[in-house]
Amino acid sequence: MHITEGFLPPLHAAAWTAVALPFVIVSAWRVNRLMQDQPQTKLLLAAAGAFAFLISSLKLPSVTGSCSHATGTGLGAILFGPAVMALLGTLVLLFQALLLAHGGITTLGANVFSMAIVGPWVAYTVLRSTQWLGASLALSVFLAAMLGDWATYLTTAGQLALAFPDPVSGITGSFLKFAGVFAPTQLPLAVVEGLLTVVIVNFLREYSGEELQSLQFLRPALATETRT
Amino acid sequence: MKAQNIGLLLLAVALIVGSVWIGSHQEGAEFAGTDGQAMALVAALHPDYQPWFDFVWEPPPEIASGLFALQAALGAGILGYYLGFRRGRAQGRRDRADAGD
Repeated sequence: MHITEGFLPPLHAAAWTAVALPFVIVSAWRVNRLMQDQPQTKLLLAAAGAFAFLISSLKLPSVTGSCSHATGTGLGAILFGPAVMALLGTLVLLFQALLLAHGGITTLGANVFSMAIVGPWVAYTVLRSTQWLGASLALSVFLAAMLGDWATYLTTAGQLALAFPDPVSGITGSFLKFAGVFAPTQLPLAVVEGLLTVVIVNFLREYSGEELQSLQFLRPALATETRT
Repeated sequence: MKAQNIGLLLLAVALIVGSVWIGSHQEGAEFAGTDGQAMALVAALHPDYQPWFDFVWEPPPEIASGLFALQAALGAGILGYYLGFRRGRAQGRRDRADAGD
C-alpha cells in the first residue's frame, strides 16, 4: 500500500496531505492526553506501535505469486481507538520513507490516510458492530484486523485510480485494475494479520487485565464477554 | 488461551507456507512486491507520467536489508519486552498469592 515517492501528481499529493494532517494533529493530542490521564497504558501503547512496526516490515508471500505486507494498525485501533493510530502509523511510514526508500514524503499524506486512518477506523467500526451483533471477542478482533488491513489496500487502489484514471474505462476501470493488483494478494495476508492480532489480544486478556480495564475502548467488549 | 494461541500461530504459519506453495505454481511467480506492481501499472496506464520527486535518500541494497531487519528487530524487541514483562509480573503475583496461602 506504499505509494512510491513522486507517484502521485502534486495536486493529489497536497490534497491527501491536507486530508491526513488534521487526523494526525488530533491523534497527537489524543496520545498526549492518554499519557497524562492513563500513564499506566504507556507501555501497552508502545507495544501496539511496535506491533505495527514489526508487521509492516515483513513482506509476506501470497497465493498470487506476489509479496505484500500486513499493516498492523488494527491492534492499536482495537485497544486505544482509531484516533490514536494516525500518529503511530505516521511514525512507521516516516521511518520507511526516510530510511528504506519505501513509500515517500510527497506520498506520505496518502499513505497515512490509507494505513493509519482508514484501516484503523474500519477495524474499530467492525469491532464495535460485530460486538453489537453478539460475536465473540476473538471473532470480532479477527474480523476487525482483517478487514482493516484489506480496507487499507482498497483505499490505496482508490487513491491511485483517482490520480491515474484508465484512458478507456476511467476511474472505475482504473480502480478495478489497481484493486486487482492488491486485493487477491492481500486476502491471505489479511487473514494472517487477523490471526496474529487475536493472538496478542488473547495474551493481553490473560496478563494485562488492569490495562484493558482502564481502556474505555475495550470495556464494552470485555463486559459482553464476561456476561456470556 | 495457550492452546488457542498455539493453534492460531500454527494456522498463520500454515497459511504462509501454503501461499508460497500455491504462489510458486502461478505463472511468472517471482514474489515481486505489489507496491512495485502497482507503480508499474501506473506507468502502463499513463506512460507519459514522470515521478516529479525522488527519494530523499535511497539506501544501498545491503544497508536496506539491514535497516529492514532493524525495523523488525525494534518492533519485535519492544513487543517481546512488553509481553515478557506482563507475563512475568502476573506469574510473580500468582507465586506470591500461593506462598501466602
